[in-house]
Amino acid sequence: MFTKKQLLTKGLLSVAPHMFSVIPFGIVCGAIGIELGFSPILVYAMSIIIFGGASQIVFLQLLSGGASALIAITSVGVINSRHLLYGAVLSEYLEKLSFAKKLLISYLVVDQGFAESNKFFQKNRNEPYLHYHLLGSGGTLWIFWQLSTLSGIILGSFVPEEIGLKFAVPLTFIAIVVQDLKKLDHVIVMITCGLSSLLFFDAPFKSYIIISPIIALFVAALVLRLKK
Amino acid sequence: MTWSSIIIAGIITYFTRMTMVALVDRDLLGEKIKAVLAYVPSAVFPAIIFPGVFINDYGTFIEMNDPKIFGAIVAILVGYFSRNVIATILSGLFSYWIIIFLL
Repeated sequence: MFTKKQLLTKGLLSVAPHMFSVIPFGIVCGAIGIELGFSPILVYAMSIIIFGGASQIVFLQLLSGGASALIAITSVGVINSRHLLYGAVLSEYLEKLSFAKKLLISYLVVDQGFAESNKFFQKNRNEPYLHYHLLGSGGTLWIFWQLSTLSGIILGSFVPEEIGLKFAVPLTFIAIVVQDLKKLDHVIVMITCGLSSLLFFDAPFKSYIIISPIIALFVAALVLRLKK
Repeated sequence: MTWSSIIIAGIITYFTRMTMVALVDRDLLGEKIKAVLAYVPSAVFPAIIFPGVFINDYGTFIEMNDPKIFGAIVAILVGYFSRNVIATILSGLFSYWIIIFLL
């Protein structure tokens, strides 16, 4: 059995390698906000209030492009709706927490933290303090997201766009799913999702990001049925 | 106006994180749904990976000889065999940079 402190540390360490993509992306995110002409305080406040990289960029780009607030808000909601799926997966492991603790820890549910803590949870189902792992992974991501977007805001236009730092984002997620390429059922689900995301890329409100997982999960259900 | 939009967007985002964890009783989900949920990472992350690789900043498809495709293939191979997150990210970035800056 692990102590709370050990789990917190394990959570921290599990997401630490992802900082190679979180930090560059955070810097780009802050710099874009400034470049689009928004005030530094506003750009930074989004990292606390919304705390979701891709959605923060889209929000500012839409507003600066003249889109209505309603469209910008809807897009953020659609892009971040994938967290509903993460929550559904994590709820099994967070079931025993008090309502207040559930409300607090939910704020820290983000892509890489969910991915790494979920991997740990699957192998250590019976640990009593599992949520400390999520606290470690999500908390670390939160701190570095704040620091890196702040750096981007300060550096602003000094961040050269040509070096393509945004490319670190798909790479970090490749690192998360690459071992599942060993399993045919997962490969089928991944390809379904990936191709759907390209097919629906132009769907309104960036909805490809939730449409393709839903299609992929239907395919997953079919695959499960065939496996029996 | 912008501030209130950010706050509303933040509240909506928080609800996407909190709803399934705190508000929905897990027993409402049947066994079949729980089995399907095991595929969530494989069903979600390619929707970030594929557009990040195959679509450029202007929302159009890249050419098949684009350095991002090469970088992604290197990252997949390195990641698959090394099982190391840092090696995966850095090998992808460096192979991409080598092509755009040196070749």
